[in-house]
Amino acid sequence: MNTAVSKKRKIKCSVLNGVVILAAGIICILFTGIVACVLIKGLPNITRELLFSKPSLIENKIGIWPNIMNTLYIIFMTLIVVLPLGVGAAVYLNEYAGNKKAVRLIELAAETLAGIPSIIYGLVGMLVFVQFCSFGTSLIAGALTLVIMTLPTIIRTAQESLRTVPDSYREGSLAMGAGKWYMIRTVVLPSAVDGIVTGCILAVGRIVGESAALLFTAGMANEVIGFFEAFEPGKSGSTLTVSMYMYAKERGDFDTAFAISVILLMLTLIINLTAKFTAVKLKKGDK
Amino acid sequence: MSLFFTFCGFTAVAFVILITVFLIISGTPAIAEIGPADFLLGTKWASTSSEPLYGILPFILASIYGMAGAVILGVPVSILCSVFIVKKAGKILSPIVSSVVNLMSGIPSVVYGLVGMMVVVPSVRNIFSLPDGANLLSAVIVLAVMIIPSVISVSETAIRAVPPEYEEASLALGANMTETIFKVTLPAARSGILASVVLGTGRAIGEAMAVMMVSGNVPNMPGIFKSVRFLTTAVASEMSYSSGLQREALFSVALVLFCFIMMINIILNLVVKREKK
Repeated sequence: MNTAVSKKRKIKCSVLNGVVILAAGIICILFTGIVACVLIKGLPNITRELLFSKPSLIENKIGIWPNIMNTLYIIFMTLIVVLPLGVGAAVYLNEYAGNKKAVRLIELAAETLAGIPSIIYGLVGMLVFVQFCSFGTSLIAGALTLVIMTLPTIIRTAQESLRTVPDSYREGSLAMGAGKWYMIRTVVLPSAVDGIVTGCILAVGRIVGESAALLFTAGMANEVIGFFEAFEPGKSGSTLTVSMYMYAKERGDFDTAFAISVILLMLTLIINLTAKFTAVKLKKGDK
Repeated sequence: MSLFFTFCGFTAVAFVILITVFLIISGTPAIAEIGPADFLLGTKWASTSSEPLYGILPFILASIYGMAGAVILGVPVSILCSVFIVKKAGKILSPIVSSVVNLMSGIPSVVYGLVGMMVVVPSVRNIFSLPDGANLLSAVIVLAVMIIPSVISVSETAIRAVPPEYEEASLALGANMTETIFKVTLPAARSGILASVVLGTGRAIGEAMAVMMVSGNVPNMPGIFKSVRFLTTAVASEMSYSSGLQREALFSVALVLFCFIMMINIILNLVVKREKK
């Protein structure tokens, strides 16, 4: 009797163990499968011409140089706005806010923003920036939409790293006669730089991968735009993800779509590794 | 300076209010014109016909079915995988599986859509010998894969947060490690795991681009092998060429989607709050 029970137990446990390992295996296989599929179908299509030229109907060629540049512009424009805003919000939450209810309200708002799907951001961005502010479908409207979208990421990571700055640093600085803003600028923010950088990298990751929010705000044009032109209202341009969607869904050009996917996967990998690397390195630098 | 920081602090609140106000202002006129009952419970969406019909029940049901299917397929695998990462993988495998999950969460949704379009859709067509594989089932499969990383990352944290004393007590009573994990650790982490499920639900219902590429995008009442249109894809697919009442109706669809998301957010908050207590 006793042995029968323990046999049952053993079988049950090994089944459960097997299921756990199977689940992890499935996920690893899924990931490798997706990556392999993209690499096999995409790598042969990446050529110098594709990367560094612009598409032309007359010459019947396809190039994604404008899209690469647009992606960089949008990253830049979004970050210069969202960085001060998000870090400022985190500083307020951690250093200035006396009222607990205000802190709770802001945190709740940030959580709500983080949960809103990108298609809604796209729609609201279209209503607010494209129509209401009359920027037209433009890179600037897309970037401003992404500012709202990436704000919670920046606030959260910056706030987390501000929390880890020991109070003794602040007290030390204040005791030396520093004002509050001077203390924050010279002591608190430099000690929290790792979280701020990580937040930036995560935000860049979201911007690179974003498509639904940009479809109706930044538009679908494939023209090369100069750096200063990009800030003008009405200059529309598609990022890599949007153009990839257009190539795959609207034109059925899967070769180009897979080639862009390879680039997107590489970017994802680079962004992931840098995020990890900076987090580790900056933490070591602190000590 | 403190004024500047206060301003920054409240921008997040201002953005939430801005989004809500704009969606309500632009979403309500069409609902009023069509009639709330006809709009929400109408089973036919024919926005471009000569006598247009705006019933979004197909979209609502498709979104709910898609979300439920993705959760049923994706969540068990994710929870088991987070158990693997925390308890079973050991020092070498655990970071590897963890970084695989991290990378998965970074893959843009259009890439999932493209792979779904080229791999999942043809396979579904061949396996079930259908004329077209772009249907609810394909969408569910792609969504299930897409919610896996976010579910894992939250439930992993929840499992890690279980005090080791619980497990030690169970082990001391003679249970082995596997029994301890399934009878002590997982029940102790259940509110965190529930939060991860709710988060996954939100991700599934809000996804637009990948679904658009694999679901066939026809406003049918949902069936597992039918081409369907979700709330998200309804907005995305007609927005570029819509005008007049059709356009306003799309804003109303977005408003309905927003209400769903808000409900999920509130549930998530309640779950997290209960866990804190």
